[in-house]
Amino acid sequence: MTNSITDLGQADCFLITGTNTTENHPVISTFIKRAVTQRGAKLILVDPRNIELGKFAAVWLRQKPGSDVAWINGLMNVIISEGLLNEKFVAERTENFEALKETVAKYTPEYVEKISGIPAEDLKKAARLYAKSGASAIVYAMGITQHINGTDNVKSLANLSMLTGQIGRPGTGVNPLRGQNNVQGACDMACLPGNLPAYKKVTEAADRKPFEDAWGVALPDKPGLTIPKIIDGAGKGTVKALYVMGENPMMSDPDLKHVEKALANLDLLVVQDIFLNETGNLAHVVLPTAGWAEKDGTYTNTERRVQRIRKTVNAPGESKPDWEVITLLANKLGAGWQYASAQEVFEEVRKVTVSYGGITYERIENVGLQWPCPNTEHPGTPILHAAAFTRGKGLFSVCEHIDPAELPDSEYPLLLSTGRILYQYHTATMSRRSKGLVSRTPQPFVEIHPDDAARLGIANGDRIEVSSRRGSIEVVAEVNGRCDKGVVFIPFHYSEAAVNRLTSAVFDPVANIPEYKVSAVRIKKVA
Amino acid sequence: MVITIDGKKCEFAAGQTVYEVAKANGIYIPVLCHHEQIKPVGACRVCVVEVEKARSLVASCAMPAEDGMVVNTNTPRVLSSRKLSVELLMTQGHHKCITCESSGDCVLQDLAYSLGVEAPRFEEPAAYRELEQANEMIVRDMNKCVLCGLCVRACNEVQVNQVLDYTGRGPTAAVGPAFGLKYEDSDCVFCGECVRVCPVGALFEKQGRFQGRGDDLEKVRNTCAYCGVGCQLDVNIKDNRIVKITTPREDAPAPNYGSLCIKGRFGYDFVGHEDRLTTPLIRVDGELKEATWDEAILYVADKLNTIKKEHGPDAIAGLSSARCTNEENYLFQKFLRAVIGTNNVDHCARL
Repeated sequence: MTNSITDLGQADCFLITGTNTTENHPVISTFIKRAVTQRGAKLILVDPRNIELGKFAAVWLRQKPGSDVAWINGLMNVIISEGLLNEKFVAERTENFEALKETVAKYTPEYVEKISGIPAEDLKKAARLYAKSGASAIVYAMGITQHINGTDNVKSLANLSMLTGQIGRPGTGVNPLRGQNNVQGACDMACLPGNLPAYKKVTEAADRKPFEDAWGVALPDKPGLTIPKIIDGAGKGTVKALYVMGENPMMSDPDLKHVEKALANLDLLVVQDIFLNETGNLAHVVLPTAGWAEKDGTYTNTERRVQRIRKTVNAPGESKPDWEVITLLANKLGAGWQYASAQEVFEEVRKVTVSYGGITYERIENVGLQWPCPNTEHPGTPILHAAAFTRGKGLFSVCEHIDPAELPDSEYPLLLSTGRILYQYHTATMSRRSKGLVSRTPQPFVEIHPDDAARLGIANGDRIEVSSRRGSIEVVAEVNGRCDKGVVFIPFHYSEAAVNRLTSAVFDPVANIPEYKVSAVRIKKVA
Repeated sequence: MVITIDGKKCEFAAGQTVYEVAKANGIYIPVLCHHEQIKPVGACRVCVVEVEKARSLVASCAMPAEDGMVVNTNTPRVLSSRKLSVELLMTQGHHKCITCESSGDCVLQDLAYSLGVEAPRFEEPAAYRELEQANEMIVRDMNKCVLCGLCVRACNEVQVNQVLDYTGRGPTAAVGPAFGLKYEDSDCVFCGECVRVCPVGALFEKQGRFQGRGDDLEKVRNTCAYCGVGCQLDVNIKDNRIVKITTPREDAPAPNYGSLCIKGRFGYDFVGHEDRLTTPLIRVDGELKEATWDEAILYVADKLNTIKKEHGPDAIAGLSSARCTNEENYLFQKFLRAVIGTNNVDHCARL
């Protein structure tokens, strides 16, 4: 997030899109709901599903899945044509405005209506609300990113915030909500194929140098493979060994049949986890680890706040914290690492990671600090880009609408979006072993619009087979009006009906994120 | 601006209540129906104080401080009124502390004790009500409810879930979902904010029942294991076992200020689950067999060495985890880059 969670409470207007916040980030949704009900903030919801936040929305734009660049360009079209842009901000803080203006010129509300299904008048209303409010915050999540043009979707939202100067101040900004406790930290720590810690580039000699000095080795300069390319490599035999720590690709990756074949082709699959998950079932070696509340360390949350976790109970049996296991393995390969505690590892992290330099366990004992925090006197940074962007001036990127990779057709007439629900979490290895959570959502289901259900003779609670070009699963029908006609939604938590058997392995070319929000399926009642 | 409380001159800012000014100046005024994150209603009258020139005692939690005000918190009149209020609150149901989960951590119990209420002066008129405990998370014991309304107001003002309200009148008055529905049959999403703010033993965590209370429990601050919000919570343990998850009732830190969702508050029992892996496993003749750490690490190291020698470091890849710590993610990528010699490292950020 460019801004902070607490700071969201100060917004006068929210543009919320691609995040079912009350279910996936419930506590953040409380800041939004309070601002709306107690301070009169206006909420613009742009979502294909009729989610809970709709109850609090001043305007709800129901776009067709995969039309995000179009409606965001449409908002900018209205803002420019009605003179609602922040000219001072555009002149002083940005570049490439003319190219943006030229591109969005054709995205008139009427043109956007044809692509997105959003009524032209509603789009205009939303554009005025967002641009005219004193402080407008954009909040988004995977509904924006999990598309073949996810990167363009995000760039378009950044364009919108810069065009109106709704960034760098309290209650504004571009605020992605991170779905897992430490996605932010795993990125900061460079578990990414092209990066070194704090987003230094593996391809730049000057970026590699401090790490080579600190680690005492020459480092590889060629970017590595992203997850989909690792899976492809395993299938082709160019990747021979895969070491998986706390991850479950046999549930979370697209087109699981393809993943399974690829993993079976490996000479070595090591899975290090707290449970024997679906990926562990295919492993050559399984290493048991300490889980949450069983080890010390830090997580970095969605607002870049580095916070402590603490060993509270003993880990079962012989399981060890992951950092100890990696150290054992590194030393068996001759690394000579000497870490006696998680804190010692963190001390090394802060020496080589500039944005974490001022963060110590002592300083975050009671309340976490938000990076960048370069030295121990620095109070942390609640709001990014207040005076300048990382690259200096903010660059308007030119983005055009493209269709999703696989749209419904006569053979597979329904559009499938996947996602999470309140009562489960990711591949559900944890949440399905929790009595309370299981009691709320015991079985896999598909949300279907009542009209589609009536047409197919499907009633609430019927068993349904859902099929795509890649596979089929059996789930229970939940007939409600949350999805639009022609659209179905299935959560990805249930291994016995893993929806990623249906999804397609198509990816955004820049970020390599799969298009989980759009694939084509057909459904039928199971006799 | 200045007010005088128990003879002490206290500066204050416009909008502060007498209770808030007293608290900021270290002067204790008990409260029951008040919570710092919830608009004051002054319903329970426990916080009454005497204000010079005022006609009657005033509820300090709802009374705005005014320049020059002179307040006394401990006069015989205040104490007698406070004691009466507590005695009246105690007529509301059956306050049996012996097996109450909140014993030792109960505002009403503390008040009754400090004011010397030996036994309630009035008869207990209400009929005993069965506990509502069919769901796996929250038990409701309306026998201990004093209708302070904090649960109702937290549900509506803090979480804005708009599920709880008052139902019934007189001796059948209660708090709960509309139409007297059970939590699990209503729109309740089990965030547990009502449990957090309940000042008595009327709402409590089911799985922790009879597992430990009050000083039996050690609280260790942690960051939630689930989504990216990073809620701060307290893991309550006894004998190396998690009894329940709580958050501070007041003065809770960012980013969540004491609020949680169902996963954070009630989704912890995977930790000690019987399915946990307890020993390394190596596949032998197609089956995973138990092994020692030495055997497992040696097996992996040998294989990695061979593959690196025969196919180069880029034939090796690693998938890290957005659920592991920064320290572990740092070491994982360092292992692949500095020990193996490849940049083939990624994690589940996009999934």
